[in-house]
Amino acid sequence: MIKYAAGLLLGIVLGVVAAAALLYFNPLAAKNPLSPLSVTNNNIISLGYSGVPTDSIVFTNNGESRVQPHPEKVRELWEAPIRLTEVLVTVLADSRNNPTGIGIKYSSDSEDTRLINGEALVNSAWHIHLVERGSLFVEQTENYWNFLRKIVLPAYWSSSNHWKGVWNGNMTVGPGALGTAAVTGGTGEFAGLESEAVEAVHASAYSVTQGPVAMERRLTIDVTGNVELTASDVADR
Amino acid sequence: MLKTLIFGFLLGLVGTVAAAYYAPVVDQYRESSVIAVAPNGGNTESFRINIPTDRIMIGAPGQAEPLPPGLQWPTDEKFDGVRVELFKLRNSRDTVIGVASRMVADSDQIEDSVEWVLHIPARGTFYAAMPAQSADGVSRIGKLRAGTQEFRPMQGEISERWVPKADDADPDAPDGHIELVTSFVGTFSDSVTESALTEGAL
Repeated sequence: MIKYAAGLLLGIVLGVVAAAALLYFNPLAAKNPLSPLSVTNNNIISLGYSGVPTDSIVFTNNGESRVQPHPEKVRELWEAPIRLTEVLVTVLADSRNNPTGIGIKYSSDSEDTRLINGEALVNSAWHIHLVERGSLFVEQTENYWNFLRKIVLPAYWSSSNHWKGVWNGNMTVGPGALGTAAVTGGTGEFAGLESEAVEAVHASAYSVTQGPVAMERRLTIDVTGNVELTASDVADR
Repeated sequence: MLKTLIFGFLLGLVGTVAAAYYAPVVDQYRESSVIAVAPNGGNTESFRINIPTDRIMIGAPGQAEPLPPGLQWPTDEKFDGVRVELFKLRNSRDTVIGVASRMVADSDQIEDSVEWVLHIPARGTFYAAMPAQSADGVSRIGKLRAGTQEFRPMQGEISERWVPKADDADPDAPDGHIELVTSFVGTFSDSVTESALTEGAL
């Protein structure tokens, strides 16, 4: 009897491991497709920022994540309705790396997350002000599945608890049909703008204890028809 | 014995895949919405931000005591006209339900404005812009510009006003609160969602 119970238990463990391997290597899971804005002839503006929380003005979360809030004494989002939310306030730079605005990014884990589909989704929204130009609101759904597979899990598996390499990926998968974010202009030259955007990540180091160590992020916004491009915007094209 | 092992393997495989498909990975905590029906249609909802307890950040140049302590606001002169605040957001029952940002831009190049983004994780996010000058000396009124999730089909207005504390005798009471009142109405759509069809809405 014990022999059969042990066999059943071993079988279940093997089945769980096989299923986990299937999920991890799922060939049907989301790929990292080319952004439609990377091949567009439309006018775009490109805003870069560091993905390392300690480079930001403010980064806060529930305080229990491996990525610690910054500065140290910032209020944490510990209340139940906001426990799965992060807020980042950062300086946004143009393609020549000149500070050009301030961005606030809200990110909350999405209830639409389905690991079996290769989806680790985050609903995020940007509140952006570009100095002397105006304001924008960007709504997007981001998929962190490939980021988890290619960077976070290898960091955990590494004996040094660290990942180093080069990884480029588009995080935006919606709500636009082509996997783009929705942009709404607010004030200044962006007033009335209805457009699309894509956010991309360039990661080169990740630590299990600190989170991102070397990571740049870039938000590319289509501003065709609304906005007079600056010299650095033209350089982006 | 081999049959038991194979049965266990299939059970583990199917069970894990089924759990990955059906079990929610993320379950956002929800507070009941406190919404009132407006007399002229649509609905109104009141939000509040207690000051100073709900303030997470004041981003402005030249602060003697920055909030949070250690905050490094960009020193570039071009940011002198931008003031950014970050708050925890409460419903009318005084329960924290989200986070909000208020951005004020004072510029010669563009019209001065006050902008709000309210992010309520279980419900969505919305963005509103209002003129820097109050309409009646008490409150500012702005328009909803964009919304996500349940705020996506909405249009309407949002008002902002400062309410000082009523009881000066209570030393523990906040200095006052910012009151945000939304008045939104849903817009009609010709498209029928797949979920509405499956639920037999038609």
